[in-house]
Order: sequence, then structure tokens, then C-alpha cells
Amino acid sequence: MTGLPELSSAASNAIFLALLVGVPVHGFFSGVKVYEAFVEGAREGFQVAVRIIPYLVAILVAVGMFRASGAMDLLANALPKAFGSLGLSPDVISLALLRPLSGGASLGILAEIVGQYGPDSYQARLGSIIVGSTETTLYVAAVYFGAVSVSRARYAIHAGLIADAAGIAAAVVVCWLFFA
Amino acid sequence: MLNTIWLLLLVVSVVVAVCTGHVKEVVGSVTESATAAFRLALGFTGVMALWLGIMRIAQESGLVNRMTSLIRPVMGRLFPGIPEGHPAMSSMAMNIAANMFGLNNAATPLGIRAMEDLDTLNRRKGTATDAMCMFLAINTSSVQIVPAGAIALLAAGGSSDPTAIVFPALVATSVSTTVGIVSAYLFSKSGRFRETCKGGGDHDRAP
Repeated sequence: MTGLPELSSAASNAIFLALLVGVPVHGFFSGVKVYEAFVEGAREGFQVAVRIIPYLVAILVAVGMFRASGAMDLLANALPKAFGSLGLSPDVISLALLRPLSGGASLGILAEIVGQYGPDSYQARLGSIIVGSTETTLYVAAVYFGAVSVSRARYAIHAGLIADAAGIAAAVVVCWLFFA
Repeated sequence: MLNTIWLLLLVVSVVVAVCTGHVKEVVGSVTESATAAFRLALGFTGVMALWLGIMRIAQESGLVNRMTSLIRPVMGRLFPGIPEGHPAMSSMAMNIAANMFGLNNAATPLGIRAMEDLDTLNRRKGTATDAMCMFLAINTSSVQIVPAGAIALLAAGGSSDPTAIVFPALVATSVSTTVGIVSAYLFSKSGRFRETCKGGGDHDRAP
């Protein structure tokens, strides 16, 4: 099993670089004005960042108070020890629980985790993988079903939430395999 | 729901702070957190802009369309109820491809159009069809190849290797998508959610 973290790191870099360089190269040979398209798209990044500021402020302040008051430690001590050694601190658990509801709020909690444990910590990585493997299920369902006035969703929400739970479980396992 | 959770966090914090004598720390944390939130958003902007710039090129070069045509053959098996060449197939494939590249702004209108296309095949308006449930299960299981938002936050926090999570996240999200598809399929076969008989308290005709 030695080398698994190295393998993961190499694969991560390969995927990231393949997209970062491969996409513009492919675009150039497809006749896209790559520089102008890039600038156009990058402008959206600024809007995304501005859009999440209110979420970050709301969540960071609330969770920050919660931590400073000592309530977070009380919660952490109440959790079984096994949770902690898997990286499932109370804030990572609340990230997992809030994720189906709001993308902004879950990014806010992830930001708080990054600030609290450090950007290279086990918790920050676990939180990032959870964000990457789950979706804002309830929000998406509301938007998509709302668009066609479907009020009886049958098993759509069940399946979506089961997928999220599987994503969280997989994130815990994968993170342990690659970063423990 | 978020309203309650947020308010609860604030109230519980103050109550616990008073009980444990951490009032000063709590008050101090408020302005500190608010400032940190904005600082993080600034750091977040750089990586997010970079990523969305690259993905815009993917959109304009037809790479997203090529991904769409790669997905389409698989889709026929996932959506047996949709006739060949129905517009719902292409709108769903385009939505999934856009989501894979993390183009959320492009994906949402495509997803809504896919739902409208699926609704044209719906014989019981207001009730989700099997195809709609399957589409939503795939969509809400996250199909994004690179979680740009999480990477941007790690980078904003000063990570030495913010992209280290790319491969692990891809593995985890493949698991979640597989489980989403399998559970939607099993639900569609189970009697509990039969399209025709919804069980207790339903006014609809029996099959």
C-alpha cells in the first residue's frame, strides 16, 4: 500500500494540469480566441466571489462565536473518539449536514475549517473532498422541480440524499487512504 | 431551516459563553471572523477566476459539446422511457457535461430546460417521472471533475498543495454518482414508488 498518497498526488496534478493546459491548447486549435475567452470567463469568477461574501460572513461569524464560546469543544467531547480520529470533528459533520441545503453555507463552514485547522490539515482536506463529492441536493431539487411545477417528487430526494451520504462515506474512506 | 440553524448558533454561543465565562472571547471573535470572511473571499477570487476562465474556453471550443456526445450513448440505458432523439436526451446530456466542467451558471438553465423536455413526456403533471428522478439523482450526486470552489478556499487559506484533493474527490464523487444511479434505479423498480399507484391517501386511478 506504500505510495498510495504519492500516486494520488501525481494523479491530482495530472488531472489539474491536463485541464489547465489541455483545454486552452484544444481551444486554440479549434479556432477559439483563447485569451479573450479566458478573460471573459474569469470575469465571472469575480462575481462568484462577490456572491459568496455574505454567506462567508454569516457562517464564519456564527461558527466563530460558537467555537469561541466553548460550545464546539463541548460537542467535540460528546462525540465518540473514533469520529475524531477519522477527521469527523463537529464542524466537518455540520458541513456534511448543511451541504444538501446550501452551497454558500457549506463553503462558509469549509472556510471556517480551513481557518481553524489550517489549509493542509486532515480536516480541511476531508471537508474539501466532501464538498467535491456531494451536491446541494435540496436546493437543486427545489429549483428543477419548481421550474416544471412538480410537487410530488416521489423518490428523487431519497436517491439524491442517499448519493450524498455515499459521497460523504466515500470521502471519509478516500481521505483516510490518501492522507492519514 | 437555515434561518433556525443560524439563529441557534448565535443564541447557543452566547448562552454557553455566559456559562463558561468566555464572553470576551466571543465578542472578540465576531469582528475577527467578519474580517476573515472578506479576506478569504479575496483569495478565493483568484483561483475561481482562473478556473472559470479556462472553463469558458472549454465551452467555446466545443469541448463541453464533445463531452455531451460521449455521455449520450450511456444515457439511453439510464433513461429507457425516453424515445430515441427526444430533445430531453440532449438537454440532459448538455447539463451533465456542463456540471462535469463546473460551469454552474451554464448548467442551471440547461437543467431547467431538460426538466421541461422531460415534462412533455409526463402523463401525470405535478408528479415526477422515473426519468426526472434519475436525472435529479445524477445531478445531485455531483459529477464535477475538479471541485474548483474547494480548491480556491484551500488556496485562499495558504495551502501548500491545494490541488492534492482533486483525485480523492474524483474517486469519492464517482462513488456518490454510482450510488445515486443505482438507488434511483432500485426505487423505480420497488413497489413503494410505483408511478401509477402512490399508496395511501391518493386520489389517482388504480393502474
